[in-house]
Amino acid sequence: MDVTIKILRYNPEVSEDATWESYQVTAEPTDRVLDALHKVKWDLDGSLTFRRSCAHGVCGSDAMRINGKNRLACKTLIKDVNPSKPITVEPIKGLPVLKDLVVDMEPFFDAYRSVMPFLVTTGNEPTRERLQSQADRDRFDDTTKCILCAACTTSCPVYWTDGQYFGPQAIVGAHRFIFDSRDEGTDQRLEILNDKEGVWRCRTTFNCTEACPRGIEVTKAIQEVKRALIFRR
Amino acid sequence: MSAPSITSIPKPRSPYKARKTGNFELNSWLFMRGSGLLLVVLVFGHLFVNLMVGKGVHAIDFAFVAGKWANPFWQVWDLAMLWLAELHGMNGLRTIINDYATKDTTRFVLKTLLYFSALIVLVLGTLVIFTFDPCLDPASTLEVCTNR
Repeated sequence: MDVTIKILRYNPEVSEDATWESYQVTAEPTDRVLDALHKVKWDLDGSLTFRRSCAHGVCGSDAMRINGKNRLACKTLIKDVNPSKPITVEPIKGLPVLKDLVVDMEPFFDAYRSVMPFLVTTGNEPTRERLQSQADRDRFDDTTKCILCAACTTSCPVYWTDGQYFGPQAIVGAHRFIFDSRDEGTDQRLEILNDKEGVWRCRTTFNCTEACPRGIEVTKAIQEVKRALIFRR
Repeated sequence: MSAPSITSIPKPRSPYKARKTGNFELNSWLFMRGSGLLLVVLVFGHLFVNLMVGKGVHAIDFAFVAGKWANPFWQVWDLAMLWLAELHGMNGLRTIINDYATKDTTRFVLKTLLYFSALIVLVLGTLVIFTFDPCLDPASTLEVCTNR
């Protein structure tokens, strides 16, 4: 079938303004939006720039705004985004666009780094692995699925207007360790997220939960961190 | 040889720059939930008593208000309603200003106006509830005044 892909193009070396450009490609309904983008880049316009690495929904490189919703281009089938009309593709919102669909992810990674996304322990290293019961592991299972694609954070209206907010992903990253029974950095992480720009900025609009390509219940994770803050003493 | 210039996460276990943030946002979040619940009771209680009990809405006049505020119970009820509603609304607007005002000066001006208006409403309202005198007018023909 013939599909029209309408892409928001931006090249700061040519123009300060972003412009919409449409491309006609032939694609199967079961092709992915990424395949259509590949056809555009490989056959029609080699200057089109976007990130993608694994192309199978694991690396989290190709998050973009497709028909107004944040999705992974490699996990979105053409037939699911109404191919009878032009399919719009934009860069994710709230991060500085570098070129076409490529955004500067550094502010996003900075927020992630600031919640200490690594195991914090005290005392001597054990001589074997740190054991954990199945129930303890299940407690934070949902938030281990995060692939750092930024679909959630850049779907958050608070993040759009306030770049200081940690954003949903950083809270998910913190949640993964806060509720890990082996970790001892909970108090520090909670203190970081108790900040003015921390979990209390969340307005529970559920955009993040809807945007997550991994199906993480992001808003629920944020609420659990709020609860942990309230009942921590 | 210089170290590779990759910006990386701080070394694990390096002391985190602890900044004490205080619990203001936490408490304000809790206050919104608590005051919201209380306001549901207070506001619907207020509406029920004013509009449905006895003669209902037709009973409301100056004398009705005067009679109500002669009773300390209704003074405290209205005071709680005034303070909770004003602070609840003020806090809600504060978060909206935080969310949408991107410039520091805009945020400062809007918040100053907000706190100032809240202060006026709270002070005036409290003053009225406790100093209300239905017989201020010596020619008043209200029952409470003529019976003195």
